[in-house]
Amino acid sequence: MRVGTAKESYAADEGLFKTDTQKVWFGLLMAGLLLFPLNGSNYWMFLAVLVMINVISTTGLNILTGYTGQVSLGHAAFMAVGAYTVAFFDGRFDTPVLLNLVLAGAVAAGIGYLVGLPSLRIKGLYLAIATLAASVILGFVFLNWTPVTGGLRGLNVPTATIAGIELATPDRLYWLVMPICVVMVLAAKNLFRTRVGRAFIAIRDRDISAEIIGISLFKYKLMSFAISSFYAGVAGGLWAYLFRVVTPESFPALASIFFLAAVIVGGAGTIVGGIFGAVFMTLIPEFLKLSATALVPWFPDASIYLAPVRNIIFGLLIIGFLIFEPMGLAEMWRRTRRYFALWPFRT
Amino acid sequence: MAIEFIDIVETSLAGLGTGSLMALTGVAFVIIYKATKVINLAIGEMLMIGAFVFYGFSASLALPIWASVPLTLAVSAVIGGVIERTMIRPLLKDNPVSVFMVTIGLTSVLIGVVELIWSAEPRRLPEFLPSQPVIIADAFIPSKTAYSFLIAAAAMAVLITVFSFWRGGIALRATATDRAAASSVGIDVPGVFSFSWMLAATVAALAGILVGSVGGISSAMGLFGLSVFVVVIVGGLDSILGALIAGLFIGWLEAMVGRFLGGEFKLLATFSILLVVLVVRPYGLFGTHEIERL
Repeated sequence: MRVGTAKESYAADEGLFKTDTQKVWFGLLMAGLLLFPLNGSNYWMFLAVLVMINVISTTGLNILTGYTGQVSLGHAAFMAVGAYTVAFFDGRFDTPVLLNLVLAGAVAAGIGYLVGLPSLRIKGLYLAIATLAASVILGFVFLNWTPVTGGLRGLNVPTATIAGIELATPDRLYWLVMPICVVMVLAAKNLFRTRVGRAFIAIRDRDISAEIIGISLFKYKLMSFAISSFYAGVAGGLWAYLFRVVTPESFPALASIFFLAAVIVGGAGTIVGGIFGAVFMTLIPEFLKLSATALVPWFPDASIYLAPVRNIIFGLLIIGFLIFEPMGLAEMWRRTRRYFALWPFRT
Repeated sequence: MAIEFIDIVETSLAGLGTGSLMALTGVAFVIIYKATKVINLAIGEMLMIGAFVFYGFSASLALPIWASVPLTLAVSAVIGGVIERTMIRPLLKDNPVSVFMVTIGLTSVLIGVVELIWSAEPRRLPEFLPSQPVIIADAFIPSKTAYSFLIAAAAMAVLITVFSFWRGGIALRATATDRAAASSVGIDVPGVFSFSWMLAATVAALAGILVGSVGGISSAMGLFGLSVFVVVIVGGLDSILGALIAGLFIGWLEAMVGRFLGGEFKLLATFSILLVVLVVRPYGLFGTHEIERL
């Protein structure tokens, strides 16, 4: 049993890492991220980059849905905004990569701010429908604003180039995406140690009470929308550099459900939950693909059923987690940790 | 471009035909919302699964229409009941957002099931409505649109009668008004929940058969549900009258926009209306304006 974690000051209680064990685990995680490229497989590097892009985006949605309690069905549309921004600026003006990514985040944040405006009048489920409406309208813009978005054919994205090095393959792109992902996740974790983050949580728990104790709903809800969309925009920008082409079909409405599912399955309202959810949900289709390939000798047309089975599993995961484990994978993780921390006693 | 008067009339009538189907689906949504306070995002997919079950009976098994329709409605009622018992009931006491997200998951499951059994390819339902076009004055209306309008109108008349006079319908309205009071006068509230989902699934399936017979069926036809949300939000989530009026209006609007501006503007127009209504009058035209308390 682990003892001696009593906190003596508020600063210690709010620390990013509360125990030495956490610091060790974090160190191991960082070492793992640095050493991961040694495996050398292009497939694994591609997956790693995709997972981290999804982690960024899921963390963004988690800030809005998990921490501020505003359900958004338009998250993928904000990612698309980021992807189009990168494609537009890099393709048209050849601006530097990092600037493009910041622009992608900023443009997405600006649009997120606008979409958040109805949240002042409406909330909960109505707001979810409003974000759905916003994503439909954004989809219309992508399809029809041909001079900027390339219409149905979309835009090609040039290779990301930093200091003369072309990041053409996933194993190179990894060194761009990984640091951004780590920084953004840590920033999100830190956000909830500040006044702003606590205001978000207060709004989620009881918006009227929050307003009464002096939290401006107007300001903080919109801020949450903007921050969340910023994350989505950056993730979308990185996505554009990974896939090198953006079309109106790159981010279908189903992708918004994917991120919502990632937040729920991982555990809404915990940063580690967002990470678990994104990793889990990104790897499931890959796992299904592998099992379908393995089944081909017995069922020659197993791959036809891949897409429907994936849909069913996504849906069942959302439903199952909501019914049986509403706090998600993060709660399972916490229980496991607790078991070992208290061993040999039981809760 | 000169817009001819007859063109406007024909487009309007066709739009009202689609609108009546939206209204019917909207009523299915409202039944669920009234009884269980669940926003059912999967209503479009429930409509879709009804259409595919009908396809299974009438095309794959080649049963006659008079047998396929009742069988489809019965199977859909069972599906609705199963959904309510296994997915909705366990969460009803939780916050409404979780139940809402369960229906999002349900969307994905239903699409997956349909694609697994019938594949993603679009199909045509067997013809069963008379094919003689209907001509009112000089306006020409496709027969399927006209007959589905009539069937939808009849179905809604039946539903409204049921809610006004039949015991079960009154129990449903009582539950909608006050669950605790309904329970204390001996209404089986959980039973009403199940019943409302079964009824809604049946109504949605009927709408699905009609929508499918007009435009064909595919695993993407749940998109029809998007317009239905607009309908119920404009009309007011808990108002059957609102669903009727808004359904006809949105159907008409989509047809006019589609005819005179182009098909891609349809969703843009309806969703812009949705945003305006949400901001100006969030509880809809006829919905109950709920006052929030701590």
